[in-house]
Amino acid sequence: MADSNSPTPAIRLTDISKSFGPVRANRDASLEVAPGEIHALVGENGAGKSTLMRVLSGMYTPESGRMEVNGRDVTGWSTAEAIDAGVGMVHQHFMLVPTLSVAENVMLGRELTKGLQLDRARAEREVSELSRATGLAVRPERKVADLSVGEAQRVEILKTLYRGARILILDEPTAVLSPPEIDELWHVLRRMRERGETIVLITHKLDEVMAISDTITVMRHGRTVGRLHTAETTPGDIAKAMVGRDVQLAMDYVAGEMPAAPTTGALVSVAEPLLVVRDLVVNDVRRLTAVDGVTLTVAPGEILGIAGVEGNGQTELLEALAGLRAVRAGTIQIGRRDVTRFSVKERGDAGLSHIPEDRQARGLILDYTVAENLVLGQQHRFTRGLHLDGQRILDNARRQIDAFDIRPRDPHLAARALSGGNQQKIVIAREMGRAFQVLLAAQPTRGVDVGAIELIHARLRAARDAGKAILLVSADLAEILALSDRVGVMYGGKLVTTLARADASTETLGRYMTGAAAEDAA
Amino acid sequence: MTAEAAGIPAASPLVAPPVDRTARRAALEEAILPAVVALLVAAIVGDVLILSFGQSPGVVYRLLLEGTWGNAYGFGQVLYKATTLTFTGLAVAIGLRAGLFNIGAESQLAAGGFVAALVGLLLPSGMPALLTLPLYLIAAGAGGGIVGGIPGVLKAKFGAHEVITTIMLNFIVLALLNYLTAAHLKVEGSLHTAEVRAGALPRLSSYVAPFHGSAANVVLFIAVLAAIVTWWFLFRTRRGFELRAVGLQPQAAEYGGIDVGNVWWRTMVLSGALAGIGGLNFVLGYKHYYEDAFASGAGFLGIAVAIVGRNNPIGVVLAALVFATISQGGLAVNAVVPKQMVDVLQAVVIIAVAASVPEVRRMLRKIR
Repeated sequence: MADSNSPTPAIRLTDISKSFGPVRANRDASLEVAPGEIHALVGENGAGKSTLMRVLSGMYTPESGRMEVNGRDVTGWSTAEAIDAGVGMVHQHFMLVPTLSVAENVMLGRELTKGLQLDRARAEREVSELSRATGLAVRPERKVADLSVGEAQRVEILKTLYRGARILILDEPTAVLSPPEIDELWHVLRRMRERGETIVLITHKLDEVMAISDTITVMRHGRTVGRLHTAETTPGDIAKAMVGRDVQLAMDYVAGEMPAAPTTGALVSVAEPLLVVRDLVVNDVRRLTAVDGVTLTVAPGEILGIAGVEGNGQTELLEALAGLRAVRAGTIQIGRRDVTRFSVKERGDAGLSHIPEDRQARGLILDYTVAENLVLGQQHRFTRGLHLDGQRILDNARRQIDAFDIRPRDPHLAARALSGGNQQKIVIAREMGRAFQVLLAAQPTRGVDVGAIELIHARLRAARDAGKAILLVSADLAEILALSDRVGVMYGGKLVTTLARADASTETLGRYMTGAAAEDAA
Repeated sequence: MTAEAAGIPAASPLVAPPVDRTARRAALEEAILPAVVALLVAAIVGDVLILSFGQSPGVVYRLLLEGTWGNAYGFGQVLYKATTLTFTGLAVAIGLRAGLFNIGAESQLAAGGFVAALVGLLLPSGMPALLTLPLYLIAAGAGGGIVGGIPGVLKAKFGAHEVITTIMLNFIVLALLNYLTAAHLKVEGSLHTAEVRAGALPRLSSYVAPFHGSAANVVLFIAVLAAIVTWWFLFRTRRGFELRAVGLQPQAAEYGGIDVGNVWWRTMVLSGALAGIGGLNFVLGYKHYYEDAFASGAGFLGIAVAIVGRNNPIGVVLAALVFATISQGGLAVNAVVPKQMVDVLQAVVIIAVAASVPEVRRMLRKIR
């Protein structure tokens, strides 16, 4: 366990600020990490964790603040200087050449040569020595294309260490790993700590923080809001620090316009549910079980919120409901119709609307105009013979642009040209501006400014009040609590609990989200 | 000329283009400039080449223009060559609009011509062209469509990359047609079939006498019609909307209820059919028989035509005219400089355009 009173910390960042245009990614953020400890940098998406670490590794220059590494002032250094000083960052997305061998990838940029030739033998020898010393087991002569994701990540780490890193920054290293691979990674990190290396781990998963870190810094909205010793804290405390004050803020903010009680329980129980999901099992892209026997119902006039740390099956659940991912077992019903085998289009015709998680990849065709995007998925309803009916598409666009305040108010503009918030309004307008019974809303306000959040939340409530069934998935607990009538929590692919809104608080949800409540019960 | 007709990849094809003048001009410049710059670069490289042969660039370029656009015969030949290139260019362009790189236009063209010739040989001689033309269109479209559809289905069902499968089908189909012609259908002492006597398609020279001797024929009008219909299909119909959506963002298209696999194979059938109908130009418009290897690169050149025409059907027609001019011009200047010089010029045009067009860079990324 590192001693926080040690005279020279390995890293000391003081009052770092960094903006991207109007977005203030870091505001007076501070971080102190002692040598030889594993430090977790936690916070929600967009809290500024990656930005702060990119500042430390020289990729970004801070606008203000002071950076020290091993007691030396290094404010605003370059990546090359950072590497020379032994600070290395392993990025979320691998930067490896798949057709080259492990050894070749590791020495890339610092190629060993013998005369004019590459000295492969020496590179392989050095890599296997490093591999043995660190426990990062991977055979140096293998091709990177043939490696598993976990192995590829080990190569990334090896590459960073090979360049002499003594301070290692890992950006959400477990996002792509399976549970056994994660255990393996923890083993390696502990071994590196024993060798005296300093590790900063960026993550938003609380169980990881508890499992591996010595100390913790919590970030929220670009600020560092707390520094904790892992041994003296609980996941609940961390969750509270991550979202706590935000929840209050969001709740206050919506209180003014929200009816006192979200819904009467009677209405829910009497009405026949519009969305019925039974024992749903769905695989993820790696063909591992991502959704593990989920059963849920959503009644008309009800918002069921699904909370959970990202990567616990929410994405796959919604994709399966929307018809974008194959269902391995179980059934999906809209009203009384079994739509389990329906195509995306057939589900749309059966009354399903879907606000997808990733608007830029799924929700919009960025090179199509606002008007065209406003009919995507509905194009078969805007035809005249074989033709698309340009006039009706335009009329529809003008109506939606007005109703949802999409700016600028030009239906001919390519969607690409709009801000993230207005792009999201296009998606919302399209999915909510037509006849539907059931709405799947995934992260409906992610990366959207406050004004747009207000509008989107108001629309969701209005749809609920109009008798629609809404399944809301959000990583933002404040949003879940502000909108939902009932709250479910997904953990490890299972819906571990469903609570009435009155019984759901940040603390209770946080315990279910980290799996702690399940263990308590067991 | 509207912005569309000038070969602009429409940002706003469904509804009336924006009234903003400057935006429109910027779009026009973005569409036209790369092609113009490419031609200028080619002209400069051409100057150097011509000078290296000890000739005057002015003389050679004058010869080139006189031999092509300067007289009716030369112009007729340009039109004839542009006809085939329009079809293969459209075939490649429609594929690229759906995110598919069809390298198989060469064999689709040959297959279309071959099947049309077979049908022609079966029809009674002297049948009027008005009756035979629809049959020929169907036959050529089917021949090319099947050859194009196979890679399409393989991609939709098994994820086989169309670049690989279309290249391999080129070898298979061309070898098969060679075998069928040489072993079963050839007229002794040649590598072509017997003459098709049913419903010969008239040459332009039967309407306009000065075209006499040139191969230009009424398939030219079918090519222009095909370009217009392709444009209409891509930018005005629901299926075209869906096709382009798949090409731009397959994930978003899937989300929008579009069956991406279906669009892939249907587009490949369409693409192959367009190339196949191009086979009519040689087989029924010009020679009136199928001859082995008649395509001789027109399918591959269709890739360049599509790229220079920026995957816009109207742009494809213009690009086909440019490449046809260069190709015919090569024959015209053969007396003073080697014909191969013109091949070099053609390559320079392709490279210059390829380097300047953003779509090409995106496409190359996709292929990797």
